[in-house]
Formats: sequence, C-alpha cells, structure tokens
Amino acid sequence: MIATFDVIDIRKDFPILNQTIHGKPLVYFDNAATTQKPLSVIEALSQYYMEFNANIHRGIHTLAERATAEYEATRDKAKDFINAAQREEIVFTRGTTEGINLVAQTYGRQNLKAGDEVIISGMEHHSNIVPWQMICEEKGAILRVIPINEQGDLLMDEYEKLLSEKTKIVAVVYVSNSLGTINPVKEIITKAHQYGAKVLIDGAQASAHLDIDVQDLDADFYVFSSHKVYGPTGVGVLYGKRELLDAMPPYQGGGEMIREVSFGKTTYNDLPYKFEAGTPNIADTVAFKAALDYVTTIGKSVIGEYEHELLTYATESLQSIDGLQIIGQAKEKISVISYVLEGIHHQDIGIMLDNDGIAVRTGHHCTQPLMDRFCILGTSRASFAMYNTKEEIDRLVQGLYKIKKKLG
Amino acid sequence: MTINEIQDEIIDEFSLFDDWEGKYDYIIDIGKKLPPLDSQYKTEENIIKGCQSRVWLHAEMQDDKVMFLGESDAVIVKGLIGLLIRVLSGHSPEEIAKADLYFIDRIGMAQHLAQTRANGLFAMLKQMKLYALAYSTMSN
Ligand SMILES: Cc1ncc(COP(=O)(O)O)c(C=O)c1O
Repeated sequence: MIATFDVIDIRKDFPILNQTIHGKPLVYFDNAATTQKPLSVIEALSQYYMEFNANIHRGIHTLAERATAEYEATRDKAKDFINAAQREEIVFTRGTTEGINLVAQTYGRQNLKAGDEVIISGMEHHSNIVPWQMICEEKGAILRVIPINEQGDLLMDEYEKLLSEKTKIVAVVYVSNSLGTINPVKEIITKAHQYGAKVLIDGAQASAHLDIDVQDLDADFYVFSSHKVYGPTGVGVLYGKRELLDAMPPYQGGGEMIREVSFGKTTYNDLPYKFEAGTPNIADTVAFKAALDYVTTIGKSVIGEYEHELLTYATESLQSIDGLQIIGQAKEKISVISYVLEGIHHQDIGIMLDNDGIAVRTGHHCTQPLMDRFCILGTSRASFAMYNTKEEIDRLVQGLYKIKKKLG
Repeated sequence: MTINEIQDEIIDEFSLFDDWEGKYDYIIDIGKKLPPLDSQYKTEENIIKGCQSRVWLHAEMQDDKVMFLGESDAVIVKGLIGLLIRVLSGHSPEEIAKADLYFIDRIGMAQHLAQTRANGLFAMLKQMKLYALAYSTMSN
C-alpha cells in the first residue's frame, strides 16, 4: 500500500483522461459502465504481443511456456484478489454475463426441476435476470424477486419469506449499478444456506470498490468483469466452490477442456480447464493481472475512502439543485449517483453534458424492472472512480444548472 | 420552396453559430416551439424504435403532399424532429423518397449528434422515407 493517496499522481497513470471533448477537458463519470485503463495495463497488453504471444498450455516451446505462465499468473492473482481458497476455483470467462450464463446452464440445468425456485432481487442487471428466466422456463422452475424500498434497499424480511425448501438458487447483485446500493450479501448467503440453496453473487460493480472475500462471504459462486476493475474488456472471472465446479457438467465442448477424445467417449479435463474450452482471450487475461496489481498496490481501503469522499461531496452538491432527485439513497452505497431532474428528459441531460465534455450514462442502465419500480423511464448516472476529482463534480453541477436554466 | 432550398436555408441559419452550445440552443428552441402531437396520434404503432426517448411520428396525405407531425418527450430530439419536418413535410412522396439530406452533414450534426444512434435521428429519417415510399407506391 502507498502511504498517501494523491489523485494528481493517479491521473498521470491514465493517459486517456488527458484530452478534450468538444473543446473542454474530459470528465469521465461513466465508470460503472467501464473504467479507464492505467498505463501498466496498456503496456502489459502490448508487451504480450511484442514479446511472448503464443498459444497456451499445449506448446513446449519457450514462448508458449512464457505465455502459459503469465496467463496462469493472472489466475493466482485473481484468486488472491477475491481470497478464494484454491486456484482451481478460478475460471476465466468473457465477463460477468458469461459467468452467470455458465452457472445457469450447467449448475442450473443439472439441479433445477419443475416447481423449484430461483430468487433474484428487484435491482438486478438484465445479465442476472435473463439467464435465470431462460433456465427456469426450460425446467418449469419459478423465478422469485426480492422487493426493494423507496431508498433502494432490499427488503430483507420479504427475502426471508421467499426462502423455502423449494429455493435452489439465490442470485443477487452485490452492488447495484443503477442505485449504488451495497447489499448485505453475507446475510443473504447465510439465510439461503439454511435452506440448502446455493448463492451466486454478481460482483460486477463491487469488485473495484470493496474488499472481496468469497470465503468469508461463503459465496458458492462469485462473478465479475475485468473491464470494470481497470482491466481490459473481454475477460471475467467465475469463482465457484470446488465441490460444485467438480460436480457440474462442462459448459462448452472443444479443445483445452478435454483429457482424451475418441469418437466413442470423451473425458473432461480437470478444473478449471474443464470450463475453458478453446483458445481463451490470452492477451487480455495477461493484462488483467496488471490491473489487479494496480488496484491492490494502492489498496481498496484507500480507494474506497477517497471514492466515499467523492460520493458524499457529489450527493451534497447535487441535492442543492432544485428539482433534482437522487434515485437510490440506500444506507450503504458505493460511488454511483443516479438522478432525475424534474421536467427534463435524461437524454437531453446526456447530450448537453457531453457537449460540456462530461460523460455520464443515461437510460435504464440495463435494469428496466428497477426503473419500473420507481415509475421512471431512466435516469442519468454519474459513477466515480479513483481518478475523479471534486473539481470534476463541480463541473457536473455547473453543467446541470445550465441545463436547468435552458430546459427547465 | 424545394427540399434543397429549405436545407440551404437551415445551413445558413446554423452558420451563424460558431459552437455547438449555440446550435443546441437553437435546436432546443425549435423543440420547444414544436406544436404538441394530438394524443390520438401518440399510438404504439407511431412510436419509433431505437431511440432513448420516446418519439412519435405521424404522416398523412394532403393534396398529393405528405404532411408529417411528430413529438418526443425529450426536447433536443423534438428539435431534430422539427428540423426534419421543416425539410420534408409538404412535399410529394417521390421528392421525399429521393431526397438527399445533406444538411445533416453540413451543419455538423453528422460529427456531433448523429454519432450516437441513440438519439434516433436516423431512425426518424428512415421512417419518414418509408412513409413516402409507401405513399408513392400507393399512388402509382
Ligand atoms: C451489476 C452488473 N451485473 C452485470 C453486468 C454485466 O457485465 P458484463 O457486461 O461485463 O458482462 C454489469 C455491467 O454493466 C453490471 O453492472
């Protein structure tokens, strides 16, 4: 860990931030969609292609061995990053979405039967809704939804009422991408386990901000994406408890996931390779390690503290704008603020802010059922990362005042 | 005026602004002045898909000319509808179908607004052309 956190130094590590958009310095507040990448990640990517590009696992030549070693080093790093017990429990995927689909199509298909129940929450991303709808429909299982209150907190007593012997899988988001709510996932897991249900945690938004300890949580599955943790796109992690992964059928067939193939019978490879069919995304996986190193070197607690400061500052500043309503006022939040401005469409806000060089996200944020819950079509959302500053938040506030004047 | 004469007029008007702030103000102004669409036309089938805001477009024939009416719940998009209506409404189906809308590029919209498909500019334009095509095949 470094002793002092200086955002000026941090910003130097992110070359993309140093540019103007429509003549104004870029303010990047779309970090919940994807974070920018530090130089070390960009360099790791180019170093891979400049120095040791080769296909992994099968080669005996030097480049193949180096590529394999670096690819597997990311697995070790990812294991530490979420404090998994064993490296075999780390499966590389394309991202959160693929991880959830993998679990639904393997564990879900194997274990769900007609009348069983899967519980999700009212603030899930479409990625943690649709895969469950698909497998539930196929199996005749029932999807149940934990409701949320006006603040954006899960109603835990309603959750307990939903749990029963029929509950086979609980899949909930750790941190909501639309509201910023940090859900009490440890408690959710403990309660589900009392009924013998397995729990998948969607860690897409949590992993860059909170210390993750899958053993302490006792999560059965935990999924996240590299690109939201300062790493490249196209890589993600599925953590699964070993005994579960061992018992699950493979997801896709092909090279790498097999031990022996004959036309009569194929035997599958050991974990984690059983779930990594075909040539994986080697380059991005290798560079993903640089991202995880970057975050751990600075320290999540240091990052979290700074981001919380930004959240508090932004919440106070935005609330001072007349007619602005923050959607999502949960007790525990990460640095995401969704808001609506009375009488002004979020699309107009997005276009006008972009003209001021400010990147926010507008729309339903892939959480349409959640928008329905709040009776809105969408919000505009500012989400902060460690390289953002209070001055940037001031610019957002000024931008919104201007929009209000013009459109209000 | 022909479609191209109207386009040239719009290009002239936009040339008065040296930055997009001004252009947006102008588009917003058009949006605010666009008469609201009668609620009987705000139907599901008049909604244009592919926009982040809701956009309704209605077309009808009046004396061989296609008349367009439209609205959106977002102001900038309403301004864009207003511009497209000003250019295309009141012309024959054939003229509309073969019109080359160069003003979009010339006022700088292609680099600015049109980049994000989400604003639905092209979806609107496509729908207007489809109406015109439908009317021209009907009359032939
Ligand atoms: C909470 C949540 N879950 C899942 C996803 C999907 O992640 P990916 O697109 O990387 O698969 C996202 C991304 O926006 C998210 O915010």
